[in-house]
Parts: sequence; structure tokens; C-alpha cells
Amino acid sequence: MKSHVVLAALAATLAATSAFAEVAPTEVTFEEGAVAQSLTGTAGNAEEGSKIVANRALGNCVACHVISANSADFQGNIGPTLDGAADRWSEAQLRGIVVDAKHTFPDSVMPGMFKTGPYIRPGDAYTGKAAPADLPPILTAAQVEDVVAYLLTLKE
Amino acid sequence: MTLRTRATMFAAAAALACGFGPAMADPAEAELVVNEDITITTKAPAAAHLEGHLDTVYSGWLFREAETRKMQMDDFDNPMFVYAERGQEAWDTVEGTEGKSCANCHGDIAEGMKGVRATMPKVNAAGNLWSMEDFINDCRTNRMGAEAWKWNSDNMKSMTTAVSLQSRGMPVAVAIDGPAAEFWERGKEMYYTRYGQLELSCASCHEQNYGNYIRADHLSQGQTNGFPLYRLKDAAAVSIHQRFVGCIRDTRAETFAAGSQEFRELELYVASRGLGLDIEGAGVRP
Repeated sequence: MKSHVVLAALAATLAATSAFAEVAPTEVTFEEGAVAQSLTGTAGNAEEGSKIVANRALGNCVACHVISANSADFQGNIGPTLDGAADRWSEAQLRGIVVDAKHTFPDSVMPGMFKTGPYIRPGDAYTGKAAPADLPPILTAAQVEDVVAYLLTLKE
Repeated sequence: MTLRTRATMFAAAAALACGFGPAMADPAEAELVVNEDITITTKAPAAAHLEGHLDTVYSGWLFREAETRKMQMDDFDNPMFVYAERGQEAWDTVEGTEGKSCANCHGDIAEGMKGVRATMPKVNAAGNLWSMEDFINDCRTNRMGAEAWKWNSDNMKSMTTAVSLQSRGMPVAVAIDGPAAEFWERGKEMYYTRYGQLELSCASCHEQNYGNYIRADHLSQGQTNGFPLYRLKDAAAVSIHQRFVGCIRDTRAETFAAGSQEFRELELYVASRGLGLDIEGAGVRP
């Protein structure tokens, strides 16, 4: 009990003194589709990113995109290959596409990974039931940054 | 999967793409002949209303592996015939307070139900759009004095299978004009609505991306002419509305119920996208 209180106090202090508050999905600023500002203020972890893009419950980017450098099986071909993505796009552009690609490609079928709506009949994950009022984005801010860091390693 | 089998697969794919066959993503060049007797049209020029959307319509059968396709070519190999036999049995069985079976009014299923599946869903005498399940339950409750079957029950699927087989090899023949027009328009609007957190419409996958892969799933045009069908993944028969539920759920959306007005309208519109194809009676899919 006591240690929990201490930990909570410590966490509160850290949060209060942290120089950067996470950007909320509704506060993301796009400039021609790109998002210049990091969502967390901390560099993403490319190694984590490589797992998120392959994980069906998280980004599952390989469902639609080929990433030759990734060992994920059954990579799809709905979207363009991500091989060499870092040669074609800047960090800000990649972040914008991951957050919500429709700001870059208005007709894209790609889901926005860091948005909370407005949606038509949003559901609670894959249950088929209605979403809770506070439906979280598909990826957290930190996970988006991890994915962006990973995409920046994809050079040809 | 090991690297070696992956490499082999890619080599095989490359060989197919470059040399002696269509690219892996295309629908197969194959002809569906069942029991070496019934030829079923699985590829046809698209209906006029699809102009600007699709040039050619393809049955989902053409997007499946040779092994799966083969299961549908012989009734002994087609697991749907377990359902068909049960349905045929129920057809001849007296049930309910009125002491009647289906056969008492409709006669032999082969005659009484010939061509019926091809026209479904359809506007009834009262002006409502009904699926085959609605017509079956109407007979059961109002003429036989029997209990309605649940939409996705084995009993219902057995009957819809038995009835559908009486249209096998007949072209899709849904009416989309006259009293059906307003339902068809709403179904069309639904088809192009991007539902759920993934913001995907039916068209996102089945019009814009058929032939492509989402992970291991080879996307078809989402045609319904093969339904009801056996889904190997579920090891069971699947109704049209059941598949609609699954697809909308997979967009991370709040789905609609099987048998809902929305799904009957969507069923009509999707069926009309298959005009030109034949009813398969009882398909088999992965």
C-alpha cells in the first residue's frame, strides 16, 4: 500500500516535470498530410516498430504492404511496398501517413492509426459490438513513433 | 514458414507470373462443371448498372485454390450435401398445427422451387423486401403452424441449401427496378459506406482490390451467387447475412443483425452485382 502511494507520487512528479505532454489524436496538426511534431517528444524505437507492423492486433501493416526486410509471413499487396519508404518520404510525411493517410491520399483505403473518429458505426475492436464512448486509437502515440522510426530504416 | 519454403513459393510465383500462367493475384482460368454435367457460369460481362465500376464479374470460386475449387465439382466431395439432404428430409416432413409439410403445397422440391433462389431477395406481395429465409419462415408460421427457424440455424441453412440447389446453373435473376428500386438504392449506398474504425466499405476490398491479398486472404469480388456455402475455416455452412456480419465486424464496426432490413437491402444490391453469373447452389470456400 505504502509503496503504491510513493510510486504514484513519483509518477505524478515525473509527469508534471516532463517537458513534453503526449499529443492527443484530436490535436494532431497536419501540413499537406505531413505531421512534423513528434507525438511523444521522444525518439521511437525501430525494433519495437518492426514488431508492431507485423502484429495482427496492432499495426498489422504487412496485411496490406510488403516489407521485404520484415520476417512476417503472408505480406499483402493492397498498398504499395514499403521497401525504400525512407528514400521516398520524410519523417514528417511518414508520421502523417501512419496517423491518418487520408490527409495525404484522400481516397486511400488505409485506416487512420492514430485517430478517434468521426467514424460510421464504430465498433469495439473486432467484437461487432458498439464502441465505448472513449474508443482509443488503433495505435498509441508511442507505437506510432516506433513505427515511424522503423519506417525510417527502410532504405534501398 | 521457413525461409526455404518462402523462397520456393516466391520462385513458383515468379515462374507463374513470367512464364506459363496468369499472375497469382488474378482469378483462375478455370471452368466450373459439377458432376461432369452441370456447367456453371463463373465469369461474365458486368451488368449495365456496374459501368465505371466493374467490367467483368467473377464468382468467388475462381479466387480459390485448385483443391478447394475441386470440392465443389463433385457432390460427393461437397460438404454442403449433408445440409442439402437434411433440407430435403425437412421438405417432406409434416410439422406444425396444420399438419402440413412443404411438399403438401409446393410439391416436389425440384419443381416447386426451380429458379426460386435466383430471384432472391425479392419484394413480397405486401411490398417488403424478403430474403429466402423470410419466405421460409412465413410458410412455417402462417401456413404450417410451425415455429420459425433462427436465421443462421442448421435447420434454416439446410432448407436454403436444398432450395438453392434447384437453381443450380441458372443465372442470377434479381429484380432491381419497380418496387425493388428503393431497396436497391439503399443497398448500393451501404455498399459504398466506409464503416467502422478501419473505415472500409464493401467496395474498398471487393471492388477496388479484388485479386489482391490482405495478409493470406485472396480478395474476391464478394459475389453471393455461391451462397449458402461451406466455409472450411468455420467447418460449417454460412449464410449470406452471416458473412455480411463477419465482414462488417472485421472493419471494427458495430455490425447489423442477420435478417435486418439493412442486410436484406445490401443482399439485393450485392446479388445484382452478380447478374450474369449462375447460381452455384452450394459453394465451397476456404
